[in-house]
Amino acid sequence: MSATTQTPAFTPDTEMRRRLGRRRALLDAAMRWFCLAATVVGLLFLASIMATLLWRGLAALDFIVLTQEFQPTRYGDDTLPKGGLVHAIVGSILQSGIAILIGTPIGLLVGTYLAEYARGSGFAHAVRFVSDILLSAPSILIGLFIYQTVVLPTGGFSGIAGALALAIIVIPVVVRTTEDMLQLLPNTLREAVVALGAPRWKMITLVAWRAALPGIVTGVLLAFARIVGETAPLLLTSFGNNVLSTDLTRAMASLPVAIYQQANSGFPDLIEIAWSGALIVTFGVLAINILARVALRPRK
Amino acid sequence: MPSRPNWRGTVSTSLSSAPVMGERRRVGETGDLVFAGLCRGAGGFVLLLLGAIIVTLFIGGLPAFRAFGVEFIWGLNWDPVEGREEFGAGVAILGTLVSSILAIIFAVPVAFGIAVFLTELAPPWLRRPIGTAIELLAAIPSIIYGMWGLFVVVPFIQYNIQLAFGEELAALPLVGFLFQSNNFAGTSLFAASLVLGIMILPFIAATMRDVFSQVPPVYKESAYGLGATRWEVMRGVVIPYTRISVAGGIMLGLGRALGETMAVTFVIGNANRIATSLFDPTNTIASVIAMEFPESLSGSLQQSALLAIGFLLFVISFLVLATSRWLLRPRLK
Repeated sequence: MSATTQTPAFTPDTEMRRRLGRRRALLDAAMRWFCLAATVVGLLFLASIMATLLWRGLAALDFIVLTQEFQPTRYGDDTLPKGGLVHAIVGSILQSGIAILIGTPIGLLVGTYLAEYARGSGFAHAVRFVSDILLSAPSILIGLFIYQTVVLPTGGFSGIAGALALAIIVIPVVVRTTEDMLQLLPNTLREAVVALGAPRWKMITLVAWRAALPGIVTGVLLAFARIVGETAPLLLTSFGNNVLSTDLTRAMASLPVAIYQQANSGFPDLIEIAWSGALIVTFGVLAINILARVALRPRK
Repeated sequence: MPSRPNWRGTVSTSLSSAPVMGERRRVGETGDLVFAGLCRGAGGFVLLLLGAIIVTLFIGGLPAFRAFGVEFIWGLNWDPVEGREEFGAGVAILGTLVSSILAIIFAVPVAFGIAVFLTELAPPWLRRPIGTAIELLAAIPSIIYGMWGLFVVVPFIQYNIQLAFGEELAALPLVGFLFQSNNFAGTSLFAASLVLGIMILPFIAATMRDVFSQVPPVYKESAYGLGATRWEVMRGVVIPYTRISVAGGIMLGLGRALGETMAVTFVIGNANRIATSLFDPTNTIASVIAMEFPESLSGSLQQSALLAIGFLLFVISFLVLATSRWLLRPRLK
């Protein structure tokens, strides 16, 4: 653009113009190729991760992985029993499920407060700010917090401590989607309900929440997908367990922590099991993400 | 409306005129009070939660801050062996900052390319699937990046970069020292930055794409009407219009990279040494906590030191995330 305006109008030097034009066209083409290459590179990373997971994960994924507890390495001795990840799968579902049950109502109420009650007040700005910080805050610090406030006073690592740490991660995700979805609702809808004589809380719970339901469900699904893969906070709160345990007051296994421990064990057979666990977690997470997008689509 | 409470009062005390309506109004009012209180209470709870996290980390780290004073922040020794315990956060803080900034340097050009491709170049039917694919990159758990990094990226660096070009790179004028290393394990600052860069790529790309697509079409059309090429429209119109939000998106990526734990722990080599070369191992605050905290004794000075560096990490990421939000505020409202 600057090149055209800087060309003096009184010199009809066509050769110069032609060259300038060629330079601009070349630069433009170079940038287009760069952008295309960047996109291909981004997609290649995704493809490489997926291919590695499928190639190495499917090799060890079998019925035993899904139904057996941890076993020590066989180390080449095939007569020893092969281990699995059922303890970790059960632990992950339990802790994530409880975290969703604790975090969703709180996040829903906060999101409702921000969208329905406190548009523009100072307190609301502070709450929105803090919620956004929590959304991106390092998750390992949430693990440290729960360690200090729950694990130490109760005397040991526990499944409930892990669930609480995950619940703190759930809250800001649900706050964000709930607020966004409620703000998309037309005000005329609210006015219509209040004009019929309904109190505000009934307007919110019976009409606004229902209208925003697909978005809220999306938020909960995304929160679930996020915490199912969280490792760092669980390492400091539920710690991991090698046997199947549903006792929330004691250390509990989870899929990401089990993957971490077995991937770092140095034994090829345990690393194989870690890869099959990685495959399960990733495809679970991606499936929930795609499901959440589908749930949101009719709203948009 | 000054007459309202009066009117409502008469209704609720009157016995015959409209008892049903009065009754229902009062019930709704209690419900409203309770529900509004619940919502506001939940908001207050979130505020308290953040405050409690900061205070808890600080109190936990207090013994270490007391024992080593301000020097804790830049001290370079980290020795948890009983009897000669000495802790300093210098290496971990430097490792955190350097790996995150390198990650930004790797990620920003690629993210920019993707954002431009998705908003300006790609045919409309291709935008949604490619955009979704890039967003899915953000959904993959940190630990998966760690495993992929350890079993794919690290060997690649080891064999295809270090062993293949290591000597040539080290012989380069001026920048050669960046590649001069005795560590051939592949787990290195470079591996960590590369994996971090890929992890934050989707966050930066998504922010850039969103703000690029918010530029009023009239501005772009005017530039095209003057004969500008697409790149000139990007450089002359879109980037100046969006640069503050773009900076906000980059800060958001930086904030994410600073606290990233599992992926870094897998590939950075976990050595408490300052990396003088890209191929040297080092550590970050988050990786030190992940490596040492589960095995530390409760109440020990080591645990206190780990909580203290956790507090420092919180302060750093809080500042970065707050800046990011401040820069993105025109987009938020």
